[in-house]
Amino acid sequence: MKPFFACVKKEFYHIIRDVRTVLILLVMPVAQIIIFGFAISTEVRNIRVAVGDPSNDASTQRLINEIDANPYFDITRTIDNPKQIDNLFRRDETDLVIVFEENFNENLLRTGEASLQLITDATEPNKATAVTSYAANVIKSYRNGINKGTARANMQISPEIKLLYNPQQKSAYNFVPGVMGLILMLICAMMTSISIVRERELGTMEVLLASPIKPISVILAKTVPYLTLSIVNLATLLLLSVFVLDVPVAGSLGLLSVLSLLFIFVALSLGLLISTIVNSQPAAMLVSGMVLMMPVMLLSGMIFPIESMPLLLQWISNIIPARWFIAAVKKIMIEGLGFTYVLKETAVLVSMIAVIMLISLKNFKYRLQ
Amino acid sequence: MILKYLIEKEVKQFTRNSFLPRIALFMPVIMMLILPWAANQEVKNIHSVVIDNDRTTVSERLVRKVAASTYFDVTETASTYSRAMEAVESGSVDIVLEIPGNFERDLRKEGAASVLISANAVNGTKGAFGSNYLAEIVRTYAEELQTEAGLRADAPPYRINPVNQNRFNPRMDYKVFMVPALMVMLLTLICGFLPALNIVSEKEKGTMEQINVTPVPKLAFIMAKLIPYWVLGFVILSLCFAVAWAVYGLVPAGNLSTIYVAAFVYILAVSGFGLVISNHSSTMQQAMFVIFFFMLVCILLSGLFTPVDSMPRWAQIITVPNPLKYFIFIMRQVYLKGSGLTDLLPTIGALGIFALISNTWAVLSYRKTA
Amino acid sequence: MIMNNIVIETENLTKRFGKFTAVDSISFNVRKGEIFGFLGANGAGKTTAMRMLCGLSKPTSGKGTVAGYDITRRPEPIKRNIGYMSQRFSLYEDLKVWENIRLFGGIYGMSDSQIAEKTNELLHTLDFGKDRNTPVKALPLGRKQKLAFSVAIFHEPKIVFLDEPTGGVDPAARRQFWELIYDASDRGIAVFVTTHYMDEAEYCNRVSIMVDGRIKALDTPDKLKCQYNADSMNDVFTHIARTAERTGE
Repeated sequence: MKPFFACVKKEFYHIIRDVRTVLILLVMPVAQIIIFGFAISTEVRNIRVAVGDPSNDASTQRLINEIDANPYFDITRTIDNPKQIDNLFRRDETDLVIVFEENFNENLLRTGEASLQLITDATEPNKATAVTSYAANVIKSYRNGINKGTARANMQISPEIKLLYNPQQKSAYNFVPGVMGLILMLICAMMTSISIVRERELGTMEVLLASPIKPISVILAKTVPYLTLSIVNLATLLLLSVFVLDVPVAGSLGLLSVLSLLFIFVALSLGLLISTIVNSQPAAMLVSGMVLMMPVMLLSGMIFPIESMPLLLQWISNIIPARWFIAAVKKIMIEGLGFTYVLKETAVLVSMIAVIMLISLKNFKYRLQ
Repeated sequence: MILKYLIEKEVKQFTRNSFLPRIALFMPVIMMLILPWAANQEVKNIHSVVIDNDRTTVSERLVRKVAASTYFDVTETASTYSRAMEAVESGSVDIVLEIPGNFERDLRKEGAASVLISANAVNGTKGAFGSNYLAEIVRTYAEELQTEAGLRADAPPYRINPVNQNRFNPRMDYKVFMVPALMVMLLTLICGFLPALNIVSEKEKGTMEQINVTPVPKLAFIMAKLIPYWVLGFVILSLCFAVAWAVYGLVPAGNLSTIYVAAFVYILAVSGFGLVISNHSSTMQQAMFVIFFFMLVCILLSGLFTPVDSMPRWAQIITVPNPLKYFIFIMRQVYLKGSGLTDLLPTIGALGIFALISNTWAVLSYRKTA
Repeated sequence: MIMNNIVIETENLTKRFGKFTAVDSISFNVRKGEIFGFLGANGAGKTTAMRMLCGLSKPTSGKGTVAGYDITRRPEPIKRNIGYMSQRFSLYEDLKVWENIRLFGGIYGMSDSQIAEKTNELLHTLDFGKDRNTPVKALPLGRKQKLAFSVAIFHEPKIVFLDEPTGGVDPAARRQFWELIYDASDRGIAVFVTTHYMDEAEYCNRVSIMVDGRIKALDTPDKLKCQYNADSMNDVFTHIARTAERTGE
C-alpha cells in the first residue's frame, strides 16, 4: 500500500502546483450554481408594449390602463400607423403590439363584440406564447369586469393552480441536479483523462510503469485526487443549494450521497476509458468536451426537456449517464422520494460502471503490451 | 512579406494536424444538424391525467377539450387524486386536472365552479407553461358555456376577441430561434479559441522561442495565426447559411451583408479575447480550462437559451461586456426580423468597443522579450 | 561598424531574478569566425546569458553589443544578424524538410527564387536529396540536428548561437556536426556554443567556464590546460567547477 500512497501524494502535488486550474475547478461550480440558480430564468417579465388605439374611447382607455397596471406589462409607446410596427420590432423596442379596431366601444355596446390584435415577436416561441397568454388573461378579466353585475356573469370556472414541489417556480430546482451532473462529469472524467494522457505524453508514465508499482495502482492513484476534489465540489454544491438557493434536500442525504458516488465512479471510469483511446492532451480535452460535456448539457434534460426531442435523440439520451443521475437526484432531492423510486436509475448507473470499467481495463492492458 | 511564409506554415500545419481539421468539420455538423433538435425548449407532449369526479356532459366536454389540445396528451384517467400523485412521483405524469363532483350543479346553480390543476414544477418552465395553458383552456371553455347560456337567455355577454398574430416566426418553431444563434457559437470557437490554443501550443512546445529569436515582428506572428482562422470562420459561416436554408428552410429576412459586417467586427472581438487568454496561459491545459470557464459563463449569460430581459438586474449588468450576447442578438434580428445596419448600429458599436479593448489588452500583454 | 572584427562584446552583463543573480557581471568578446565555447554546469547561468545576447531577455545591468547593436536598446536588428539553434527545439516537426527551409528563408527576407536555389544547394551538400519531402519528425536525431544547424545559418548570419546542439547524438554524428561548425567558421560566421561534452570543448578556439553566474576562466583550451596543469579540458572543468556553491537542477 505504501507505494500506492506515494503515488497519490504525487498526484496531489501535480494538482496543487497549478493554482489556476485548482481555482477554476473550485470556482466553476460556485459560479455555475449562482448563474443557474439566480440568473437563468425563463419567466417572462417587463414586457414592453406598444399600443395602437385608433378609436381612443372609454373602453380602450380603461383596458389600456388595466394592461399598464399589470406587473408584467409596461406600455412604452403608442403608435398611430401600422407601418411603424415592423420598425419597432426591428430595433427591438417592443415585445408586444396591441392594436384596437376602430370604433371599439361602439362595437362592444352595439353588437356585444369587439376585437383587437395582439402582435407578438415570435422569434422566441415560448416567450411569444407567454406574452399572448398574459395579455389574453388581462383582457378576460377586464371582460369579466364589465359583465359583472349583469345576468351575463354566469358560468365562471376558476382554475386553481397548484405548482407541486416548486411553488415559486425557481429555476434552481431544475438546475441544481443538472449542475451537479455537469460538474462531477467535468472534474472526474475530463481531468482524469487529461492527467493520464499528460503523463504518457511526457514519458513519465514509462518510468512509473517500470517501477515495482502495479500499473493498476498507478492509474488508481491518479483518480484519487479527483475523487477527493469532486467530493469537495459535491459538498459545496449541496451547501450552496441549501443555504444560498433555498433548495432543500427533501429526501435522504445518505441516499443522495450514495448515488452521487456511483455517478462519480461512472465519470472516473469514463475518464479512464478516454485516456486509453486518445494520444494527446488536447484530444483528451476535446473528446471529453464533445462526447461528455455537450451531451450532458443538451441531452440530459438539464436545460431542454427530453420529451420535446426527436425520437432518435431521445434514444441517444438513454446512454448518457448524467440523464439517469439527474433524474435520480431530482427525485431524491426535490421530490423527497425514497430508494424504491430510484431503483431503475441505480441499476443503470451500476451496469454502466461495470461495462465501462471492463472496456477500459481491457484497452489499458492492450496498451501496456 | 514574412506574413506570406508564416501563413503558409500555419495552413500546412493545420491540414497536417490529426484532429484540427476534423474538429473544424465535425463541429459545424453537430452545431447545425443535431443541436437545433436537442436545444429545444418547446414544451410538447405534456403528460396529463384528468380526474373527473363529476362525470356529466359538462365535465366530459372539458376533458375532451384538454385532450384535443396539441400540448397535452391525456395518457390516463385516474380514479383518485392520490393515484394520480403516484403517477406524478414516478415521473410518468406532469400535470393533473381534477374536476370536483357537483361541478355541473355548482355551475348551473351558483354560476361558478372551480377545478384543480396540479403541475410538477421541478422544471419551473414546464410546470408554469403547462398549468397556464391548461387554465386558459378551462377559461375558454367557461366563455363558451357563458355564450351558450347567454344565447339561451337572450342576453349574450360582452365579448372581446383578441386576434393573435405571431410575427417573424409564425410556425412558432424553436429551431428557427436557435439556428442563427448557434452560428455564433461556431464562429466563437473557430475564430476565438482555436487560434488561442494554437499559440499556446507553440509556447508549450518551445517553437515560440525559436520564432522570438528571428526578426519576425510580433504583429506578423499573431496575424499569421489569426488570418487562416478568420478565413475558415467566414467559409464556415457561409456554409452555415447554406445548411440553414437547405435543412431548416431558413433564409435571412434581412441582408446577408449586414451579417458579414457584424461578423467581421465580432471576429475581431473574440480573436482579441482569445489572444489575451493565450498570453496569460503557459500550457494548453490551462488555456483550455480558462476557455471552458469563460465559454460556459458567456453562453449562459448570452440569451442563447433564456432571455436576458428575464435575468435579475445584477446578472443583466454582467452581460454588458459579453460579446456573445450582442452577436446572438444581431443574428436573430437580421435572420428573423430583417433588421438592417442602421437598426443595429448601437449593438455593432458595442462589439466594436469590445474588439478595441480586447485587442489593446492583447497587444499590451504580449511579450517577446522577458 | 564592427571594429577589430569583434561581433559580441559584453561589459559587466548582469541578470537578476528577484534576489537571485543568475548572471553576475560577465565581460567577454567574440571575434568574427571564432568558435567560442560557453561551458558551465547546469544552473551556472549559461542559458540566461545566451538569452540576453539573443535579445530574448533584457539585462538588469551592464552592457552588451551583438553584431554591433546594443542588446538592451536594439534587440530587433540583432535578430536579423544571428542564427539560433537549441537542442530542445530546432525545427517544426510537422513540416517537411524543404518546408522548414522555406519558412526560415522567408522569415529572414529571402525571395522565393533565392530560397529555391539555396535549398537545392543545401540539400545537396547535406546529402538530403531523398529526404526533401520527409517530415522532420521522421528524421533520425543526428540528421535533424545537422539540418537544424544548416537552417540556422541559412541566411548567413554574423553569429550563430548553439545551445547544447549535440545532446543525445552519437559520437560519429557529433563529429559530422562539428565539421559543419568548422565550415561555418571558415565562412566567417562566429559560433557561440554551449556544450556538456568536454571533448567538444577541445575543438573550440576559445572557451569560457561559468560558475555560479560568473566567468571563472576564459582562454584557449591549450592555455587553460597549461594553466591548470591538466591533461584534458575535462580535468580543467572538474577543477574549476568544484568551487561551485549552487547546485544546478
